[in-house]
Amino acid sequence: MARHWWKALAILLLIYVIIAGFTVKIPIIGTNGQSSRGLFFHVPMWICMYTMFTISIVNSLLYLSKYDLKKDVIASSAAGVGTFFGVLGFATGTLWATYTWGGTLTDDPKQMCTAIAILIYMAYLVLRMSIHDLDKRARISAVFNVFAFALLIPLTYIIPRMVDSLHPGSASTPGFASKDTDGTMKTVLYPAFIGWTLLSVWIFTLVVRYKKLQLKNIFK
Amino acid sequence: MINKAFSFCLSLALLLISVLANAQQQNTEKGPVNEFFRSNDKIYVIVGVLVIIFIGIVLFMIRLDRKIGKLEEREKNNP
Repeated sequence: MARHWWKALAILLLIYVIIAGFTVKIPIIGTNGQSSRGLFFHVPMWICMYTMFTISIVNSLLYLSKYDLKKDVIASSAAGVGTFFGVLGFATGTLWATYTWGGTLTDDPKQMCTAIAILIYMAYLVLRMSIHDLDKRARISAVFNVFAFALLIPLTYIIPRMVDSLHPGSASTPGFASKDTDGTMKTVLYPAFIGWTLLSVWIFTLVVRYKKLQLKNIFK
Repeated sequence: MINKAFSFCLSLALLLISVLANAQQQNTEKGPVNEFFRSNDKIYVIVGVLVIIFIGIVLFMIRLDRKIGKLEEREKNNP
């Protein structure tokens, strides 16, 4: 049980987030209405995605330095789970945009660029499926992963800041970020970040355990 | 293996087509679905967001369930 405390923490935090997310008092701004509460569910998906892709790139680099197949298993699992959360973030974002921005797929730079970034990571997953040899697959996809991460950061952090974006807070600088979100919302937002990230790590460990079992003849 | 990659690409293409098809309609339209999502200060948008996340996690679990089932099958046949 001592090893699983963080899973319990994830569940408790998410229960708090779902209850408080619908009941906490939030400022009503413009056409958003109550849909600003999406902050507690849509944004953490992206935090999960970034966490997973960071784990993935670190393990890809470790693979390239030591050629240890276990690192490749971790990197590919993290990339898969990260893409999954990216798709969830994109899907929730399109639904939200439909009723606040007046269109499902708008010309918002952040929406467009994340779509491209997710497609790049889907290309990574398809690339992995197309190579049968384990070592060759690990090596080529690790190199591709470095490119994918190098594109992810400019696409989702830099370009949306340089042009006008419909995303709130996108046009301001990170230095004023503490002024962008209302104080009461932060009491739910930060637990939401931690809770959802722990959930994504949980899912990620399940996938890693599965893949290690699948390749146990090689790791033996 | 090829089959898997193909079905993956196909589902991706279908997802993109459905998103693009939706993008054509400007959302000032009436209709029961739009009225429902706009009612009660748009709170049902967030309910929809949570439902999407839940469906996503459930689909992920079903996929993992099937994969583990196949692995168990393999272990049973050649232990």
